[in-house]
Amino acid sequence: MGHIEFDVAHFFAGGLVLVSFMLLYQDRLYALLNVFALQAVVLALSVSWQAYVQGAPHLYVTAAIALFFKALIIPIALHRIIARLGIHREVENVVSVGPTMLAGMGLVALSMVVMLRVTTTAFPLAREDLAFALSVVLLGLLMMVTRNNAVSQIVGFMSLENGLILAATGAKGMPLVVEISVAFSVLIAFIVIGTLLFRIRERFDTVDAEALDRFRGGQR
Amino acid sequence: MNPLSINGVTLILAIPAAAGALLGLLPGYRLSAQINVLASFGTFVAALSLFIAKPAPGPYILVDDLNIVFIVLNTFVGFTTSVFSASYIAHELESGRLAPAHLRFYHAMYQALLFAMNLALVANNIGLMWVAIEMATLTTVLMVGIYRTRAAIEAAWKYFILGSVGIALALFGTILVYMAARPAVGEGPDGMVWTVLIARVSAFDPALLNVAFVFLLLGYGTKVGLVPLHAWLPDAHAEGPTPISAVLSGLLLNVALYAVLRFKLLLAANPGAIAPGPLMAALGLVSLVFAGFMLYRRRDIKRMFAYSSIEHMGIIVFAFGMGGALANFAGLLHMTMHSLTKSAIFFTVGHIAQVKGTQKIADISGLTESNPALGWSLVLGVLAISGMPPFGIFMSEFLVVTSTFAREPLLALALVAGLLVAFGALLLRLQGLAFGEPTAGNAPAQASYLPMSGHLALVLMAGIYLPPPLVAWFQHVAGLLG
Repeated sequence: MGHIEFDVAHFFAGGLVLVSFMLLYQDRLYALLNVFALQAVVLALSVSWQAYVQGAPHLYVTAAIALFFKALIIPIALHRIIARLGIHREVENVVSVGPTMLAGMGLVALSMVVMLRVTTTAFPLAREDLAFALSVVLLGLLMMVTRNNAVSQIVGFMSLENGLILAATGAKGMPLVVEISVAFSVLIAFIVIGTLLFRIRERFDTVDAEALDRFRGGQR
Repeated sequence: MNPLSINGVTLILAIPAAAGALLGLLPGYRLSAQINVLASFGTFVAALSLFIAKPAPGPYILVDDLNIVFIVLNTFVGFTTSVFSASYIAHELESGRLAPAHLRFYHAMYQALLFAMNLALVANNIGLMWVAIEMATLTTVLMVGIYRTRAAIEAAWKYFILGSVGIALALFGTILVYMAARPAVGEGPDGMVWTVLIARVSAFDPALLNVAFVFLLLGYGTKVGLVPLHAWLPDAHAEGPTPISAVLSGLLLNVALYAVLRFKLLLAANPGAIAPGPLMAALGLVSLVFAGFMLYRRRDIKRMFAYSSIEHMGIIVFAFGMGGALANFAGLLHMTMHSLTKSAIFFTVGHIAQVKGTQKIADISGLTESNPALGWSLVLGVLAISGMPPFGIFMSEFLVVTSTFAREPLLALALVAGLLVAFGALLLRLQGLAFGEPTAGNAPAQASYLPMSGHLALVLMAGIYLPPPLVAWFQHVAGLLG
């Protein structure tokens, strides 16, 4: 593998980590969704590059899923949910930016140390890829921990999952990558539908309870 | 192996899949409930046939002596739970907690869950196993939230988020195993086939394998309900329909445990890797002691038994972590006994909650007087689960404790302390529930006593007399587990 291939793959994987950091400090929901869409685009580019370099055409499917599902459909759906619930103006109480960013840097350093040390025998490209992927996974976890809002938690989970897809496509010749990315997309779709139900339900709760009271009253 | 040939494995996958699709289309709950029972029974029979004719391992499917135990237990409890579910659901429909449309969904999901669990158990490919466990998680999430109450949806959400993070970590571990295998096995599909991996694991990079196991243990450990990662479990058990609590406790936790055991075998076969045992033993012991103390503060009866499940999974993981022929034997036996007993308890508790119209422990008392059959079933079940002598759990716990005393007396002390704490909590609550002044709601229960009495009879029998072929089989499997 030549220098260019290595550098470009490195560039995209590093870009993913960078966008993960950007996600950490977004305190407005729309901005959060836009940054997430950006991350999905970077992931799609990274996966297509791996597909090209490895000569593995099936990875283009994974890239297409990332592009259409995660960069378009999911952000648009979440946009609509947010608008419908009227929480788009809400500014989230993110645990203050300074400590979060410091914790994020600590996690990235940790994953570099762990991954680069244990993968000395592995292929150099895969090595760095894994280290970046673990960083993205840990940053996604950090985001899920520091947020209370269901929508931001979903975004945190999806960025975590982007890290996993990065790792899976970086592992050259890994079978079932496409199947796994499809399985994950189904999972995320369910989560998104779930939030919608969850939130809508919360608003109609009072109505339900009243209906129940009336029903009981009729019985007595 | 011709993938289309009919054998036990294709049947245990095809029957639930076909039944799930059929039940999704059929209206009318009576017929659906019957089909559900019938399909589960067919799956159980197909699983039994695996003892006679074991198909050769292929790239995706593997049946060996280890997973037959899990498959037969899984399909058996799946079948008895479907019998219980039929009578439970009829009552839920009458009381208006569930609409007929929900039931169609419920039955289809029940079979989908059985399919996913069987697939996870027979999978020879670690990627396929991961997909199957993810599918099992999804179906149970949907069923936990089926009552659509706020508490139920919150429980489902919590389960969803924690379960998703768990399976995400497990996937990262799976990818790392593939990376570790690649230099030795080569690229392509072989790098994820378990039988290929175990044959060549001694050549894998031990450092990478260690990191992979940590991720896998945390990831699948979330689904086992090990303590720092257990937060989803009590909510999911308390808010979902009771048949699902029984299946979650009795089966799904075992399936996740099975995944951990497969990877433990990989690590144990690599000379340079860390010993996976101590990690598992530590997590198991922490779960046991923590859950034992948490049992005292429970106010919801289903939640209490959910904590008891955490406690018992802790004991099982501890036993497998200690390793060695005797401890593994005890772990297997305990797993079997726990599945049978805990599902029997949930069957009883489900009917009790229906009769009394509440799950609050404070509002239920004097069951042996108001509903003798249910009350005494509960007494027997709780005595069995807390490890009283004539029952099988006493024997398996005794084996775990003695095998630990022989090797690590200090750990054994902690183990015994944890067991006693949990024992005290369960008996304390049982006294209030079963005896004392009976509370309102002594309408005769339209219960099916067959599943619970069958399970308890099996557990009692195992405590008094274990058939020698079963002992030989478990000993053989315990030897395999190293």
